[in-house]
Formats: sequence, C-alpha cells, structure tokens
Amino acid sequence: MSNPHANLERRRQAIYGWLLLSPAALLLSVFAFYPSLATFWSSTFSRGNRRNPSEYIGLENYADLFADPTFWLVVRNNLFYAGVTIPVSIFIALSMALWANSRIPARGFVRTAYFTPTVLPMIAAANLWLFFYTPGLGVLDQIGALFDLPSVNWLGQPETALWAIIIVTIWKEAGFFMIFYLAALQTIPEDLKEAADIEGASRWTYTRRIVLPLLMPTTLFIMVNAMINSVKLIDHLFILTKGGPSDASKLILYYIWEMAFAFFDAPHAAAMTMLVLLVLGIVAAIQFFLIDRRTHYQ
Amino acid sequence: MTAQPFVSLEGIGKRWNGKLGVEDVSLDIPEGAFVALLGPSGCGKSTTLRLLAGLEIPDEGKIIIDGRDVTTRAASERNLSMVFQSYALFPHLSVAENVMFGLKVRRVPRAERLEKLKRALEITGLTGLEDRKPGELSGGQRQRVALARAIVAGQRLCLMDEPLSNLDAKLRNAVRKDIKKLQQDLGITVVYVTHDQTEAMSMADIVVLMKDGRIQQIGTPQELYNAPVNTFVAEFVGAPPMALIRGHALAGFDNDTTIGLRAEHITLAETGKGRLICEVTECEFLGAETFIGLAHDDATGLTLKAPGMALHPSGHTVEIGFADDDLHVFDSGGKRVARAP
Repeated sequence: MSNPHANLERRRQAIYGWLLLSPAALLLSVFAFYPSLATFWSSTFSRGNRRNPSEYIGLENYADLFADPTFWLVVRNNLFYAGVTIPVSIFIALSMALWANSRIPARGFVRTAYFTPTVLPMIAAANLWLFFYTPGLGVLDQIGALFDLPSVNWLGQPETALWAIIIVTIWKEAGFFMIFYLAALQTIPEDLKEAADIEGASRWTYTRRIVLPLLMPTTLFIMVNAMINSVKLIDHLFILTKGGPSDASKLILYYIWEMAFAFFDAPHAAAMTMLVLLVLGIVAAIQFFLIDRRTHYQ
Repeated sequence: MTAQPFVSLEGIGKRWNGKLGVEDVSLDIPEGAFVALLGPSGCGKSTTLRLLAGLEIPDEGKIIIDGRDVTTRAASERNLSMVFQSYALFPHLSVAENVMFGLKVRRVPRAERLEKLKRALEITGLTGLEDRKPGELSGGQRQRVALARAIVAGQRLCLMDEPLSNLDAKLRNAVRKDIKKLQQDLGITVVYVTHDQTEAMSMADIVVLMKDGRIQQIGTPQELYNAPVNTFVAEFVGAPPMALIRGHALAGFDNDTTIGLRAEHITLAETGKGRLICEVTECEFLGAETFIGLAHDDATGLTLKAPGMALHPSGHTVEIGFADDDLHVFDSGGKRVARAP
C-alpha cells in the first residue's frame, strides 16, 4: 500500500504542481479574489457619515437597489445594449473576416483598416464620434442636410442616445473580434476547401458545414469577451452622453462609478458590483458548460 | 478503330507569374487503367493532377474526361474523386459524416446514403469506427477514411495525391496492395501521384515520368525499366538506378555517347579479363544479396549485385564484365540511341 518510492514521487509531483500554480494563484488572489471578497464585505455596511458611523446592515443595500427604479432602468439599458452589440458585432466580425481572408486586392490594407478602431483609445474614438453626432456641425447632420433631412440630436434625445452608443461599440468591437476570426480561419487547411469542392459543396455549404463548426471555439471565446465588454466598456459614455439624457443611455458600470465617485455611496456601488459579478459568472458558466460540450477543439 | 481514351490531356500548360508549372503535357488514359505520375519534387506531377481535378485551370490546352471537354469546368462537375496527401478529412465530423459528406451535398436519399456508407466502410475495413472523429484514428485508419470518401460516390475516376507519404514504411507496403486491389475490384481509373518509383513501378499499368514540368516518358513499368528514353529516366527508375558510363571508357563507343548499365547485368570478372577496373566504395548487405558500390573515374552509380553475403573491403580493386547486349546507349544530348543490330 504505502510504497515509500511512490509516496515520494507523489509528493514531488504535488510540490511541482503547486509551484506551477503559485504565480497565477498569487496574482489572482491579490487582484481578483481578495478585492471581490472585500467588495462583498463593504457592501454589507451602511454608508457612514459624521453623525451615523458605518455599521453592519446585512443585505439592506441590495434591497435598496432592487427598490431603486434607476437601477432597473440601467439594468434594462445594459441588457438591451448587450443583446444588440454582442450578436451584431460577432456577425459583422465573422463576415469581415471571411471576406478579408479570401483573395481580394489590397488584403493587407483591408485588414489594417478593420483593425484601426481597436487601436484607437476609446476616449479618442468617442471624441471622433462626438463630431459625427453633433447636431448642426456633425458629419451625420451635414450629410442629412444634403438630402434636406432635419437636424437630429442623436445623443441628446432618449430615443436615439442608446442606439448611438451601441453603434460606437459595434464599430469598436467588430474589428477586434475580426482579428480572432481571421487567425482561426488561417488555421483551417486549404485542402479542406478543395476536398469540399471536389465533393460538390457550394461555397455556402462549405462555410456552414465546415468553416463555422471549426470556428466554434473562437466564437465561444469571442462571446465571453463580448459579454464582459458589454458591461466593462463605458469610456465612451463619459465623452458622449454621461448616461443621459434622463438616464436613457446609462449602463451599469457607469452607474456604479457614479454611485461611488459622484454620489460617494460606496456601499451601494459595492452591492451593485457584486450583482454584476454574480450575473457574469452565471452566464460564463452556462456558456462554457453548455456550448463547450458541442464545440470541436482541434 | 481505336477506342477513345477515357481521360485525355492535350498540350496542357500552366505557369505561375512566368514561373513554370507544367508545359505541353499530353496524356491519354484508357478506362480502368492505373496511371502513376512519377517524378522528383517540383516536377509538376501534383500540378498535373490538380489541373485534372479542376483545382487549377490550365493556361492552355484541353482536358477531356469521358468524352466531355472539362477544361474550364469546376471540380464538382468533373465526376471524379480525390484522395489528398494530408487526407483533408473534416476534423469535426465523424468517420461516417466524413465519408457521406459528398452524398449529402449531392442530396442522395438517406437510405441510399447509409447503404453506400456501409459498403464503403466494409471495403476499406473501417466497419465499427463510424462514430470516431479523425483525431481519434491512427494514420493508417485516417488514410482509409480518405479512401472510403473517395470511393463512396462510385465515381469512375479517382485521383490520388501521394496518399501513402504520411504512413510508415511497413504500412505503406500493405496499403499499396490494398489500393491496387481496390482499383481492380471496382474497375475504376486511378491517377496516382508519387515521388517514390517503387510505388509507381509496383502499382501502375502506365507510368508517366516527369521532370521540370515536362513529360519524359510514358510507358509500362517494363518499358521504363528496360528501355529508358533518356539518361534522366535511366537514373530515376530502378533501385539501384542505372549506372552511366562515358563512352570513351569502353572500346568501340564514341566519345560523346553515354552508356547505361543495370546492376544485375554486371558480373565480377577474373583479373585481366574484365572490361572496367573499379574500386569498391561501400557494401550494403540486404540478406538475399549484397550491393557493392563501385567507383570509376568515367562512371556514376556503378553498383554490382552479388548474391548472398559478399562483402569486399573498401578500396579493394575489382574488375567487372558485362555483355554488349545489356548496354543502353544514349547520345550526347542524353537521348536513347537505337542500337545497331
């Protein structure tokens, strides 16, 4: 049973394993696990001021949030934002990648052009778009004026503000995701296409039956990233709308920031952060456990 | 009246950016033949096959398959199948799905599809592996899946691009026989690309030897072996290849001719009675026989085949003899010269 050599070997393996794990474990603990726990801890305290010091109040902050209509508006905004940006940017990225991967003239230029939005800092890009959207002066209005269309304040009215933000995000994300698709497409051997050709498969059949399934791992990866970005990417809000008008384009992370640094209500911000983490965790788990099983990895 | 060839290439040429692919390739293939396209790498044999498959379109010339001019037709319209060097199996599909891919694309009814699948798997000995993915198969099994996919549709013409080059030597011999038997049983026409002359000589009815994009010789394996049309063919075909001797080294031949000689026609001669005096460079013992490499200033590739174990020390001087009838004569340009009676 207890063979001394086997025991020694097992211990050596265990030490080796822990040594390999430790750098990642250390970094994650310091920058992810501990902050998460600390956030949860502070979300269970009331906001302190000079008269009423902070005290433990359990889940009261969460109850406050669920009763806050702005919170629900922001959640709805964010779901809508994610529901549009994720599928649309993935679809555009895939289409662009399929096109940029085929034999077209100036292929290098096309790829670079698609990737440019990713290279630009979001703040700079948002300023660019601000110029597009500005009523009267902006490019969109100028073009509209050519066709005698009335001036539209894209960012200034509740009906269009969120859409304007969504378009900037798609523009920003699609090029980035395209690069992943492009890389994945290059790993598909050329002769699969030739074999499909000889078997009589049309271009569409080949794409649907061979290329898309082989791109599934990439799609899964991109979906997780797009989902995280739909919560994470808010830089442009600061420049374009600041969440307005009347919270029509406010997203959850922006609201958290506002709560913490504009209203100085850290406990509520912490509670909201915990909810975001919870939802992201659940969705990522679903993606990995359900879709992953039907994905072919090479 | 001669029967019309099943497959016919007429003056095919293909160049890439002025670089030569193939030039003036003409070839007739009768139905049911096993044709090997043979040559060193970069000789255009694969290009010829791809032109035939429709994966490339020729710059000039005509391709006729089964009486139809298919020169500019798409691959799918040529009614042929192909086995790729890499097998080109779809990694995310199971063996059954891989084999049936073409049938599905061509909308063959399900019952017929399964019937054909069953038969193809039986022929290739893959029964029981239907649900495996290519990644879970050995190299030999993957190769057979590629074969099954090629034969399942029942196309009369099958193209094979070095299908054995990714297998180990032992397996290659076995699969070689399987492919040959398969071709004969099904009565299909096979065009087979290889750089391995043993493969070509042992399997093919017709060998097409190519070099630098041009056909050097078309003929049966015997013709290529016994009557090479030029020195390139002579040196490429056979193991060991034909030895070439400059004419002036032998009495009775012009200075600018080259004399070819097969190893099996060389005999050891007694001292003073040989026609060439050579030095032994190396000995290769193969069990039933020994190859003795010989060096002579005016000859290349001289090898003596001795039965059994017959090792000679390197540097040893030997005399060799041969009969005039066994000599092949090539002119100064390397072309075969009809022998004077």
